[in-house]
Amino acid sequence: MSPHHSHATLPPDAEPLVGAGENIATVEAMIARVPLAGPRPLLWWGGFAAAFLVVVVLVTAIAWLLLKGVGIWGIDIPVAWGFAITNFVWWIGIGHAGTFISAILLLLHQHWRTSINRLTEAMTLFAVACAGLFPLLHLGRPQYFYWLLPYPDTMGLWPQWRSPLVWDIFAVSTYGTVSLVFWYVGLIPDLATLRDRATSLWRRRAYGVLALGWRGDAQHWRHYEKLYLMLAGLATPLVVSVHSIVGMDFAVAILPGWHSTIFPPYFVAGAIFSGFAMVLTIVIPLRAVYGFKAYITDRHLELMAKVLMATGWIVAYGYFSEFFTAWISGDEFDRYMAVNRATGPYRAVFWLLIACNVLVPQALWWRRLRRSAAVLFVVSLLVNIGMWAERYVIVVTSLHRDFLPSSWGMFSGTRWDWATFIGTLGLFFALIFLFVRLLPAISMTEMKRFVTTGEETE
Amino acid sequence: MNVSPRRILAEFAAHEALVGALRRLRDERYSHLEVYTPFPSDAIDELLPGKSTRIGWLMLAGGIVGGSGAYFLQWFAARDYAYNAGGRPLHSWPAFVPVTFELTVLTAALVGFASLLWLARLPRLDHPVFDAPEFRRASQDRFFLAVRTDDPRLTSVGVEPLLRECGAVSIQEVAG
Repeated sequence: MSPHHSHATLPPDAEPLVGAGENIATVEAMIARVPLAGPRPLLWWGGFAAAFLVVVVLVTAIAWLLLKGVGIWGIDIPVAWGFAITNFVWWIGIGHAGTFISAILLLLHQHWRTSINRLTEAMTLFAVACAGLFPLLHLGRPQYFYWLLPYPDTMGLWPQWRSPLVWDIFAVSTYGTVSLVFWYVGLIPDLATLRDRATSLWRRRAYGVLALGWRGDAQHWRHYEKLYLMLAGLATPLVVSVHSIVGMDFAVAILPGWHSTIFPPYFVAGAIFSGFAMVLTIVIPLRAVYGFKAYITDRHLELMAKVLMATGWIVAYGYFSEFFTAWISGDEFDRYMAVNRATGPYRAVFWLLIACNVLVPQALWWRRLRRSAAVLFVVSLLVNIGMWAERYVIVVTSLHRDFLPSSWGMFSGTRWDWATFIGTLGLFFALIFLFVRLLPAISMTEMKRFVTTGEETE
Repeated sequence: MNVSPRRILAEFAAHEALVGALRRLRDERYSHLEVYTPFPSDAIDELLPGKSTRIGWLMLAGGIVGGSGAYFLQWFAARDYAYNAGGRPLHSWPAFVPVTFELTVLTAALVGFASLLWLARLPRLDHPVFDAPEFRRASQDRFFLAVRTDDPRLTSVGVEPLLRECGAVSIQEVAG
């Protein structure tokens, strides 16, 4: 391949996944520089301080909630789920892209995952942490959260195993734990690199303890690689199960707008859709600020844009299917739900979600737009908004008008609803800032291997 | 002779150099070899003596124990606190599948991580190879090959000339 070809003229598979002239030394120097030297300190501190201020808002909102109870939120009968469940589903969906990239793309031998898997796994962990807050806070008496777990209590009670809400506890906690193990196992060799590159004693000690004394023994690599592959194999059905179960939280109820067999697969597609949008939202500024464009190339952005468009179409099919099923069922309540979504009091949110999730991604049919970081950044923000709107519509419009008009009602988020939601955005981005500053955002081990042997960890 | 074995630790500047040296030593029938690299490599794995890993079997066992434990827990709890939901059987097995699956995955993953630590004898922060100052680059951009002095092929000439011939940029001895 001649180096004089411009990327635009190459067939897609021939375009390199790393910049020209990258080798072990350059990869490591570029990536390790961020946690060890902290370049662009003003940007980092500015961004972290802004995110941290929002964390203060979150802490305040949670403190007020614990003092006053869930009445400070807009939830009531009939809309008892409100923001808390909307936010839970939105955040847990965002987490899914991380596991999809680390596990499913690994099993499918998609080499382009190498530059982004570390960051997206971190994103998964932080998104799951934000998601996990909401069901707990929504309990009303969060101090009794352990009642959800199976333990031999003195009253002889056990969880209701037939309930998807109980499955959810196992799914989300397993998902969080397995994601953490997967992420940490991937980090161990990189922590050893940081231990050996760090100049200050406390950093050497901190990274050294976290690296567990990893020394790169080839016998250890044998165990390590097998473990990594097995974890990917386990995480693949896991990621599908988690949002399927979240989908079943809704689908098992008999409520019009929830009681639908399309929910589990449609939720999984929506999760990957929103997750890839969040990956783009984070990666585009990150690669610009820290000079990672040689590793997260325009080709990476284009591939992510294609996943975004493909999953966007699955989600669009889900919307179509909901309306089609409502119509063909002939069920009066289902049909009213469909009409009410598109023309009722929440129609603005509904059309916002159609615009953001169905219309906006169509821009990505054009290769030039798929490769434009600015366009992708805007698209990713709009998809994030659209997916939040989708969850809001599913939760609120289904609940607010069910079977009996006498039990209908309206819901709107209060300032504390918004403070809690925006607060978790602050928590998420504050954690992302800390992660980028303290740990290598791209796997040095995998990148070094890739530039040396062209192999991928498996 | 009652001297505890030591390691002759050779440093190589490139992956190919280490693969060449490893192949050479294997051809010369050296067997007590250790390799330290900044990333895993298929070429090294094929040349390295030693058994393949058992971690997959351990994870399978962990998954089976976790999954059957989870199923038993649900089966037991559904009887211990009998709850008649619309006449459905207490042993409603399809509803028990999700939790069984999740706990299978959870235990397999945790057992896998614990097995890595156990099989690799980690954490261990004081391994003798860390005594070599050059070894700091084993996690960065250098490739190390260690010959243990209890290798039956080792003669009075030593292995150093051979390692130099293969392109070692530094050689030193550390404890075994």
